[in-house]
Amino acid sequence: MITLANLQIGTKAAVTQVLPSPLSQKMAEMGIIEGAEVSVLFKAPFGGPIAIELNGSLLSLRRKEAAYVKISML
Amino acid sequence: MNLKIGLFGNPNTGKSSLFNVLTGLNQHVGNFPGVTVDKKYGYITTGEQTLTIIDFPGLYSIYPNSGDERVVYDVLIKANLSDFPDIACVVLDSSNLSRNLLLLTQLYDLKIPIVAVLNMWDLVEKRGISLNVSHLEKLFPGVTFIQTNARVGLGKDRILEALEKTIETSNYSPVIDSFELAKIEDKKSQENELKLRYGWINEKLPHFLKSKPVVEEGTKKIDKILTHPIFGYLIFLSILFTVFQFIFSFAVIPMDFIDLKFSQLSEWVGNTMQSGLFSDLVSQGIIPGIGGVVVFIPQIALLFFFLSILEETGYLARMVFLMDRLMRPFGLNGKSVVPLMSSVACAIPGVMATRKIADWKERLITILVAPLMSCSARIPVFTLLISLTIPNEDVAGIFNLQGIVLMGLYLLGIVSALLVAIVLNKLIKIKSSGYLLLELPSYKSPRWKNVIINVWEKVKIFSLDAGKVILAISIILWALATFGPGDTMETEAKKREELLASSKLSEDEKEQQIASVKLEHSYIGIMGKGLEPVIAPLGYDWKIGISLITSFAAREVFVGSLATIYAVHDESEENDRLIDRLKKEQKPDGTPVYTLATGMSLMVFYVFAMQCMATLAVVKRETNSWKWPIIQIVFMGILAYTASFLTFICLS
Repeated sequence: MITLANLQIGTKAAVTQVLPSPLSQKMAEMGIIEGAEVSVLFKAPFGGPIAIELNGSLLSLRRKEAAYVKISML
Repeated sequence: MNLKIGLFGNPNTGKSSLFNVLTGLNQHVGNFPGVTVDKKYGYITTGEQTLTIIDFPGLYSIYPNSGDERVVYDVLIKANLSDFPDIACVVLDSSNLSRNLLLLTQLYDLKIPIVAVLNMWDLVEKRGISLNVSHLEKLFPGVTFIQTNARVGLGKDRILEALEKTIETSNYSPVIDSFELAKIEDKKSQENELKLRYGWINEKLPHFLKSKPVVEEGTKKIDKILTHPIFGYLIFLSILFTVFQFIFSFAVIPMDFIDLKFSQLSEWVGNTMQSGLFSDLVSQGIIPGIGGVVVFIPQIALLFFFLSILEETGYLARMVFLMDRLMRPFGLNGKSVVPLMSSVACAIPGVMATRKIADWKERLITILVAPLMSCSARIPVFTLLISLTIPNEDVAGIFNLQGIVLMGLYLLGIVSALLVAIVLNKLIKIKSSGYLLLELPSYKSPRWKNVIINVWEKVKIFSLDAGKVILAISIILWALATFGPGDTMETEAKKREELLASSKLSEDEKEQQIASVKLEHSYIGIMGKGLEPVIAPLGYDWKIGISLITSFAAREVFVGSLATIYAVHDESEENDRLIDRLKKEQKPDGTPVYTLATGMSLMVFYVFAMQCMATLAVVKRETNSWKWPIIQIVFMGILAYTASFLTFICLS
């Protein structure tokens, strides 16, 4: 299963599903919802957070959190 | 007529710039009822109307994810609350509308009259974004849209004009019919509602916005360097170093000046006022008490000056991004870095800065360990004890032993803060939904007005919060040191006076000796002696005991107390005379009191012990109960006692 956590830097993808988690409401609020277009801009070292571009803004989230976001490549 | 205007908007939309533009310096900070979230409000008078502008915390939707955001939900769900706005002024980032409109649709559906501010309009023009405002107005009948650039103060008059004209509209077309806010715990309904709104926005967006929003190229380029796996951390460290260089080296100049002026003032009052209890209270209790607060203002102001710049530019969020992974093993969050950093100047602003941490458990742990970071009030204590007990010699040719010890004490503070965090993370049974999910705003140059206002606000909060506690404690300690049971103080003082009558000592020296005798027989002296059996295993005598008690006002009072006890009047910066005197101090068996073991044990005690009532008061306020400050004072006390005991045993 491809999730946002293992998306390569620079590749574009679309969110297909956000798995239920304690932060799904927060994700929806930030615009991480089905159909949203995302790409990874940079990652922090040692398995730290990743930074994604979404709707023209830059968001950072932990890889554990990104793993809730299922995607398909565009 | 008095109209209440609520200022709403996503973080990083220039909301606070707009607030500052609208209200100028006519703003105040209060608290929302029952919670410790700052409520900023300001007044504008236009013609016959007075507008009260309430600056609500920045948020992405009405549904809260942190204590700060909860305030907005609480105000909006109860339309009868006094903070419920007559008009909502919603600040939108024009260059990133899709997410910004989410909050607007919610407020619109709550049927609150709205003035929508399309801020950062300059970016729209600069990037050639084609945004059709009249179409937007058609989508939200009744809402006035105004293009502004708050950074340069553009659009103030038009906003005020619109606020005066805005009334409830009858021609109203909601996104969700007969909308009611979901229950606060019903996250699922909230999520569905937010998705529904995004669906609506995404459907309408192409009608008024021709270009797809993108992250600005400049920001991407800067991030290539500032979040680089190697350079990113190097830059972070150099920024940290610069900030602390300012806080520690340059803040000393105004601090010494303040110190000098307050001691001069106290002396002047002591000499000019009719001598007596009241004059003593003013010159020895109140003035030094206020001085003890004011002396920290330069450091706090400098710290918040830098933090505000880092926040204004957008760098602070990158700091969180870089540090998150490193803080997680300790049960902390990337957002804990700023509070812990602040605590190196003073734990009070550090504890206040934890409000940005959304997760309660992570926030609580940060609050509990923050006072372990070595604050600047410990420096006078460390410097005195180091020059007293650590030889001034070089190690390996380049390092100075005294410097190494000082650095070691700082490291001990940091390491123990992190280790204690691990333990607390295991012990505290609060469910943590710790997450990061954070916006990295695009880089901007700082708005100096915002920086200055922010510094001013923080200094004010510190002075009032810490001020009242430190002042109260100073007065209590003064009373304990001035009065004693029965007339023992007086008789002992008389005895000493007679003894000294024939000696060749100068008047000053005699007075100091008498003062020392009085202190010994005052209530505080008795407390010190009572404490002696408890602290003897750590290598301390009752004189140190007295100084430990007085340190509760503020740690640096330790030095002044020793000076009084040892009857040394020391004007010099380096405390030369006090150090000389302390070196001569002997135990009954003739061995010196201030040995390496006692000195180190005392320093270790000061690293761990929670000797700051002002911080405890702030922790009480921020956690809304006495439970956590009490836990804090107990665990830090146990740590201090055990560590000092071990240090003393190992070194003697």
